Amino acid sequence: MTGYIIRRLGEAIIVTIGVTVITFIMLHLLPGSLARDVLGPRASPQAIAQFNHDNGLDRPVWYQYWLFLDKLLHGNLGYSFQFNRTVDSLLATELPRDLLLGGLALILSVLIAIPVGIAQAVRRNRMVDHVGTGVSFLLYSMPQYAIALLLIQFLSISFHVFPAEAPQSTSAWGMLSHPAGLVLPVASLTLVTFAQFSRYMRSSAIDTLAQDYMRTARAKGLPERLVLSRHLLRNSLIAVVTLVGLSIPVVITGTLIIEQVFNFPGAGLEYFNAALRNDYEVMLGITVLVGLVTVVGNLVADIGYAILDPRIRY
Amino acid sequence: MSATTPAEVQVEVSPEGGQVVSAGSPWKLIARTFAQNRLAIVGVVVVVLVILFSFVGPLVYHTDQFNPDLLHVNLAPGGSHPLGTDQSGFDILGRLMEGGKSSIEVGLAVGIIATVFGLVYGAVSGFFGGAVDAVMMRLVDVGLAVPVVFLFIFMAQVYKPTLTLLIILLSIVTWLIPARLVRGETLSLRTREYVQAVEVMGGRSWRIIVRHIIPNTIGTIVVTVTFQIANAILILAVLQYLGFGLPATQPTWGSMLSDGITYLQAGYWWQVYPALAMIVVTVVAFNFIGDALQDAFDVRLQER
Repeated sequence: MTGYIIRRLGEAIIVTIGVTVITFIMLHLLPGSLARDVLGPRASPQAIAQFNHDNGLDRPVWYQYWLFLDKLLHGNLGYSFQFNRTVDSLLATELPRDLLLGGLALILSVLIAIPVGIAQAVRRNRMVDHVGTGVSFLLYSMPQYAIALLLIQFLSISFHVFPAEAPQSTSAWGMLSHPAGLVLPVASLTLVTFAQFSRYMRSSAIDTLAQDYMRTARAKGLPERLVLSRHLLRNSLIAVVTLVGLSIPVVITGTLIIEQVFNFPGAGLEYFNAALRNDYEVMLGITVLVGLVTVVGNLVADIGYAILDPRIRY
Repeated sequence: MSATTPAEVQVEVSPEGGQVVSAGSPWKLIARTFAQNRLAIVGVVVVVLVILFSFVGPLVYHTDQFNPDLLHVNLAPGGSHPLGTDQSGFDILGRLMEGGKSSIEVGLAVGIIATVFGLVYGAVSGFFGGAVDAVMMRLVDVGLAVPVVFLFIFMAQVYKPTLTLLIILLSIVTWLIPARLVRGETLSLRTREYVQAVEVMGGRSWRIIVRHIIPNTIGTIVVTVTFQIANAILILAVLQYLGFGLPATQPTWGSMLSDGITYLQAGYWWQVYPALAMIVVTVVAFNFIGDALQDAFDVRLQER
């Protein structure tokens, strides 16, 4: 077990380094020069040479990578020359709001997916199952923004229940004080995530139902209610750990799109806006962060699974 | 993934239960299982209709999708524009056909290129194992750690893609999943007797990979291609919606949605929902086909 965790940790570190290499390569593939972008077309050659020297751009590539890595290790994700702010300071205000959006959506989708998945598995090939499969299939086949679009159409335009724009407060707490504006973004991201979860929950519950211990539990006369809550539910929860860990990229991608639709001021919207104004350092800073979060998510999923399920041997 | 050696065919003819089923070729069996799935037939019919609509439709229903008609903007459906016009006066029905062309072309091309590349990569990685496998799979992990949409927005912003470049860029970001699937399958295939037999007889690695490993992953491949096509159409729709991808002169369903959404508050539903419907219907159809293929190949694997 310890050996497995160490090996898995080593893999995660290698993958993280790989992400930084890719980001660095992407930064270097950019056409034009950073000095020209920042100093403008009329900058003197001396000024450009000075800028390149100050930012280490006249050093060999491997040394530049080392500088880049060194900055990252000190928590420095880059510098937005357009805002004259560090990427860190941008993200410091945005990430709490992302955690609010992503966290709420993740929790809600798990809370919905578990009972729905179990209900579908127990009533397999009956009405409930078919409806559930149909709904998740449809959600799964829609572009993420389409779900948001339909919610806006019905709950914001046709019936004025909730506003179509997210609250614009500067802090996550400030956003929570305008819950009406949070409803549609959170609901959309929940549905996007749920679409990914529900099929998996269903098949995992079906697998559990076929186990011998389920038959034993029923055979010894345990009431069906207890069979489901003690044996089926608990064993299905193991799948949830994997699911949440592996769903991180889906949630992050969903966050990017949902934030754009609702003008939700988070890192996803920042990425989108940075792309529009060609602020590559911000884009790559966010990319590194997203990669890191994904790697940690996968790691937690794998290790959590190994700890929770003692039947698994490595 | 059974090979068609005489011994295996014997097993298929009389299973352990003793009940004898008509042998037929495995392909006939797959085709039959597939045809029994009603949703799969619906999927195939819809895909054929969408292809006819996009590629044959413009030959029958002529519209001008190049010159804006500013005298007839935002017209409601009816008259000479069955689905109305958009904010530049383009006929929506004709534009859906144009958009379908690029969506289908990108979907098919990306689905096939990404899967074929993933297939070769995964087969090589799984077959050689050891250090080669470790390095190759860590590369895949690195790629999977950064979500596709993030990578693509960056690349699209730097390179301003044309249709061909878009297909290449999308393939670069989507080949990872097929690679991983094929690698997993190769790991189990290479322990099979017939693969070991070729090794013992002195068959070279490339021969084993090309003649024995890759043909036996055909089930996974066919299923993956279908899901990859659906996925590529979805990603394209998302990127076009966000405004990254093809230039504005080339309409796609995603860009139509993106243009129309500005007018959703004004109630111009025809600029949004037909395009959305096309995306969802096409993706659902490909997913139906993929699901049915998965079941069809499973039957050959498990129940016989």
